[in-house]
Amino acid sequence: MAQERFDAIVVGAGPAGNAAALTLAKGGLKVLQIERGEYPGAKNVQGAILYADALEKLIPDFRDDAPLERHVIEQRIWMMDDTSHTGMHYRSDDFNEERPNRYTILRSQFDRWFSSKVREAGAILLCETTVTELLKDSRDRVIGVLTDRHGGPILADVVVLSEGVNGLVGQRSGLRDELKPKTVALAVKETHFLPQEVLENRFNLTGDAGVVIEAMGTITQGMTGTAFLYTNRESLSVGIGCMVADLAAAGVTPYSLLDRFKRHPSIAPLIAGSEVKEYAAHLIPEGGYNAMPEIFGDGWVVAGDAAHLVNSVHREGSNLAMTSGRIAAETIVWLKRRREPCTKEYLAEYHRRLEASFVLKDMKKYRKIPDVLHNNPQLLSLYPRLLSNAAQAFFRVDGQDKKTKETQILKSLRKQRGIGGLIGDAMKMARAWR
Amino acid sequence: MHIVVCIKQVPDSAQIRVHPVTNTIMRQGVPTIINPYDLFALEEALRLRDKVGGEVTVLTMGPPMAEDALRKALGIGANRGVLLTDRFFAGSDTLATSFALAQAVRKIGETWGAPEVVFTGKQTIDGDTAQVGPGIARRLGLNQLTYVAAINAIDLEAGTIAVARRAEGGVQELSTKLPALITMLEGTNEIRRGTVPDVLRAARAKIEVWNAAAAGITEVGMCGLRGSPTVVKRVFAPTPRAAKAEQVEAKDRPYEAVAEDVMERIFAAQPAMEAELMRTAAGY
Ligand SMILES: Cc1cc2nc3c(=O)[nH]c(=O)nc-3n(C[C@H](O)[C@H](O)[C@H](O)COP(=O)(O)OP(=O)(O)OC[C@H]3O[C@@H](n4cnc5c(N)ncnc54)[C@H](O)[C@@H]3O)c2cc1C
Repeated sequence: MAQERFDAIVVGAGPAGNAAALTLAKGGLKVLQIERGEYPGAKNVQGAILYADALEKLIPDFRDDAPLERHVIEQRIWMMDDTSHTGMHYRSDDFNEERPNRYTILRSQFDRWFSSKVREAGAILLCETTVTELLKDSRDRVIGVLTDRHGGPILADVVVLSEGVNGLVGQRSGLRDELKPKTVALAVKETHFLPQEVLENRFNLTGDAGVVIEAMGTITQGMTGTAFLYTNRESLSVGIGCMVADLAAAGVTPYSLLDRFKRHPSIAPLIAGSEVKEYAAHLIPEGGYNAMPEIFGDGWVVAGDAAHLVNSVHREGSNLAMTSGRIAAETIVWLKRRREPCTKEYLAEYHRRLEASFVLKDMKKYRKIPDVLHNNPQLLSLYPRLLSNAAQAFFRVDGQDKKTKETQILKSLRKQRGIGGLIGDAMKMARAWR
Repeated sequence: MHIVVCIKQVPDSAQIRVHPVTNTIMRQGVPTIINPYDLFALEEALRLRDKVGGEVTVLTMGPPMAEDALRKALGIGANRGVLLTDRFFAGSDTLATSFALAQAVRKIGETWGAPEVVFTGKQTIDGDTAQVGPGIARRLGLNQLTYVAAINAIDLEAGTIAVARRAEGGVQELSTKLPALITMLEGTNEIRRGTVPDVLRAARAKIEVWNAAAAGITEVGMCGLRGSPTVVKRVFAPTPRAAKAEQVEAKDRPYEAVAEDVMERIFAAQPAMEAELMRTAAGY
């Protein structure tokens, strides 16, 4: 049988792979996309936040038919201790704009829709097919892929590795190291169904508007991590995640954390009466810029979670995935037009373009955060407690004069952490943030 | 040799959710699959083709998205897919479905050669009637072999096929003249995984999409809701019986004693039955 050859093979049909395959196909290339799931999104039973901007750059009129749940008009950031939360809420009618900026979505539906656009653009999609390894020539250049199906390898000029966080293909092909427990978080998530009316009353919502809660504090029992609750149309996505190394060291299962989070007095009433329908666990690459593997080489590029492109401070992943997938593909289309080969030398252009975009700028900005959080567990355990104590002392009316109250609050801060500690923590965070 | 396999796209019952509030089935987002029983038919058809040569055409009637099921069948190795889709077919019961499918099989025969064998699964997981296969056979005048566990031999020259059929109390070895319709039993083979060339061809294949007219169906009154005498009056979950099942100890006891025990308990609950049986026995 004559060997068929593609201009590009894209591994995976998540946000990164779909963005890449769409851009390549629109650029007129002969594209093959390979997804191991039964259909795109089959392996992705999670609720998530979609950042409109990254998708708009790929599909400007996505709002016409994408399966969107709610646009976000209110963000709550909660510092939690065991019985309380201290929150910052931002709600604005300005978010009820014609082209909202953030949406809640259900990934299984969204990924399927996204993939339909990719196929409309002319890419060929093979599902239920796992790429097992990259095919290399004698000079170590990638020239195609091997799959778990009989019938031989599939050849291509370039392979886009958008296989998600595990990066097994890259690893097996010797392009990268194994994931380290210190650089990945394990998140568990549930979908809780609630009648739409109940949900809207409970969160003070009308129409398609939605609320997002991000929470941190003693809920992660001293480990680096966060929890979240997103409102979908008639369900809530509730989850929590912690660094794998922390979970292992503490001997805590993520599910027990989620269970505790759900029983927290600030969360329990929000999910009361709901029915849990889906449970999922997934890794998130949270090691930041310093944990990134090589992202280009002879005949290959890496995009999305596989490239470790997640901004854990701002809880952004899919937008970095889409943007890196798009930029990788634009680079390949550009090289094809100029009739340049997809060698390491030429594909370095992908890295340059990524550096010029928000993707690597943001990754670099927060490069120290993972280490700071890892080395200073007090930031997520002591401070929420102090904050909570301070708020309670401040709001409780008990005949104590305010001056004494303030002195007591300050004293307790100093006692628990010491002036040096307080100042040190502030400086560390400030430096990591810069 | 030309083989036609009729398949149906069904909701994946393993992933169906019931709305916690309204108690209705939530179809949105429920993935669809090829009716699992049909996969045994498809695999048997492919094996037959691989043995004696020829082509396998997969046929389905359903909404436009049933094209996915056909494409999947092509990826497993079938040669061609035909989708029968028309609003006239909406609401078909087994009578109307077998009418439409029979017409489509006839049209497939006119277009690509009359099939020697038509396959269906034993039944579907969303209807469970097992009537559509026999209905097609009857309408097309095909010999029918239902609940087939294995195909033992096929002789195209002599125009005969021999099969093993699972029946109550044992296995029947049957042979009949071609053309024949076979409904395939579950667990009889294992569906293969298509090769890379198979799945690539499937991804690009043009599916034949036929409306009623294209399939040569003029009597639309025989199709869809109008052609369906079956009426679903009510769907309900059976209420569990209040009484607990009784248990009879059987371990290490002579079976006569166990049987006697069982009879005694039955008769205790159903004295009329005992009397009736006694009278019948007296008549011998
Ligand atoms: C609980 C949780 C909540 C999150 N919430 C958000 C959020 O709110 N907003 C946000 O922007 N991000 C969020 N993220 C991060 C976001 O999900 C990821 O950054 C994003 O999915 C990365 O996209 P990707 O395409 O790189 O990888 P994935 O989405 O993981 O896609 C990879 C695809 O490749 C396929 N694949 C893998 N290996 C192979 C192989 N060998 N052969 C063939 N196919 C293969 C997989 O099946 C999968 O479909 C969240 C993550 C988690 C775990």
